[in-house]
Amino acid sequence: MKSKYDVLVVGGGPAGALAGRTAAEKGLSVLIVEKRPAIGAPVRCAEGIGKEALHEFIDPDPRWISADMTGAAIVAPDGFVMRLDSALAGGKVGYVLDRKIFDRELVWKASEAGADVAVKSRAAAPIMENGAVKGARIEFAGKTTDVKADVVIAADGVESKFSKWCGIDTTVPVREIMSSVQYVMTDIDIDEHATIFYLGNDVAPEGYLWVFPKGKRSANVGIGISGKKSGDGHRAKDYLDRFVKKTFPDGKTIEYIPGGVSVCRPLDCTVADGLMITGDAARVVDPLTGGGIYNAMYTGRLAAEVAAECIEKGDVSKKALMKYDRAWRESKMGKSIERNYHVKEYLIKQPDAKLNDIIHSVSKIDMQDFSTITLIKEIIKANPKLVLELGALAASLR
Amino acid sequence: MLNVRRDICGYCGCCVSVCPEGALELIDAYLAVDEKCTSCGICAKVCPLGALEVTHEK
Ligand SMILES: Cc1cc2nc3c(=O)[nH]c(=O)nc-3n(C[C@H](O)[C@H](O)[C@H](O)COP(=O)(O)OP(=O)(O)OC[C@H]3O[C@@H](n4cnc5c(N)ncnc54)[C@H](O)[C@@H]3O)c2cc1C
Repeated sequence: MKSKYDVLVVGGGPAGALAGRTAAEKGLSVLIVEKRPAIGAPVRCAEGIGKEALHEFIDPDPRWISADMTGAAIVAPDGFVMRLDSALAGGKVGYVLDRKIFDRELVWKASEAGADVAVKSRAAAPIMENGAVKGARIEFAGKTTDVKADVVIAADGVESKFSKWCGIDTTVPVREIMSSVQYVMTDIDIDEHATIFYLGNDVAPEGYLWVFPKGKRSANVGIGISGKKSGDGHRAKDYLDRFVKKTFPDGKTIEYIPGGVSVCRPLDCTVADGLMITGDAARVVDPLTGGGIYNAMYTGRLAAEVAAECIEKGDVSKKALMKYDRAWRESKMGKSIERNYHVKEYLIKQPDAKLNDIIHSVSKIDMQDFSTITLIKEIIKANPKLVLELGALAASLR
Repeated sequence: MLNVRRDICGYCGCCVSVCPEGALELIDAYLAVDEKCTSCGICAKVCPLGALEVTHEK
């Protein structure tokens, strides 16, 4: 670890790994600091990602792919099952990853590209000069080292503190944190190639419950509920335990995973003088699905690209770094966050009867492929009244 | 006062994200609470496991 880098990346998740790798590939000196002793563990994720999305960043490798998804199903509150079996099955849909290996692979690739990596090394405070971020104080095993950098990329996840220390409010509203628990279960009867989503106010209030296969007779079985709906006796864990007892009474839990997923709007601004915020720390999770792996990689890479340009021009002011903020908001990812935020806000307000109606009507349609966007379009087609209720949203879909 | 039940806490950081005071920090495998905590209880509400409790002592 040197005392000065072009770029310092806080956090070794997918956002930090892509930022580090990209910065190194651009010829910059870069250090990734990760406070945990091991990259990728413990896992806080259901590990689902679209195939095409993943392929934008890395070629698939069986070492970190647990299962190949060719279908999905949504279970309505009344128990009705809507199957979405892709006509394009085989080529498309998604993977369930093994993030312990996947995250490690991403950091490995960053280090291969030339990035320095320090684990069990926590950014404990920013170094500030005249209001600008100039690096961070790093703690490792009781020792403190100051590391200076032209640009700090905060990729510190849902539990992010770095930007807050720099004066940016990153607090997630209580109603927009998905309070989550997941068990990795084995010895259960599942469809090995389909992800299942359970909806309903009794099953998962303002959230959903998922079963994502991890291979033969094994799956990530988890739930996210709105923080607003959480409390003693009705926490995420209480809901999940009830479901598991009923659905997989003989299954065995081999991993116990709590977590939080933000489903709020992204931060109002994701840059400051000398600072760029990426991934979960920027609150760029898809608010409808809770998926954030792709968005983390996307923003991590983009941030490093813009950082490289700005460093070369010798201007790392907020004004110069704003190019990153504008670029992700205008991207397909940025637009789909905005769109899906509206869809989420609509869906969480619906009583079970309405959710049943929506799912029953959509199930009658023969969908050619199923991305969230096709699903949303079909929901609207099947429920024309929605166009009125969701005016702005419908317009954005045309 | 905020009490972290270490036997229940799974150090996931869900609570850290909602703390309006920035009083919580996940330091690898434990949760730290600093003096900025106002015992508002937001973290205790959202905790997926029920590991946080606000205790009112005199
Ligand atoms: C239960 C659950 C299920 C999910 N399911 C899915 C899913 O199926 N598909 C999907 O796409 N997404 C899912 N997500 C979301 C996904 O896990 C995140 O969006 C993704 O991990 C974000 O990547 P990141 O790099 O931004 O943050 P993280 O992966 O959280 O990485 C941040 C890293 O920063 C480190 N760090 C934090 N502070 C510091 C510091 N001060 N100094 C040094 N290091 C620090 C952390 O230890 C961590 O390793 C799920 C999340 C949860 C909780």
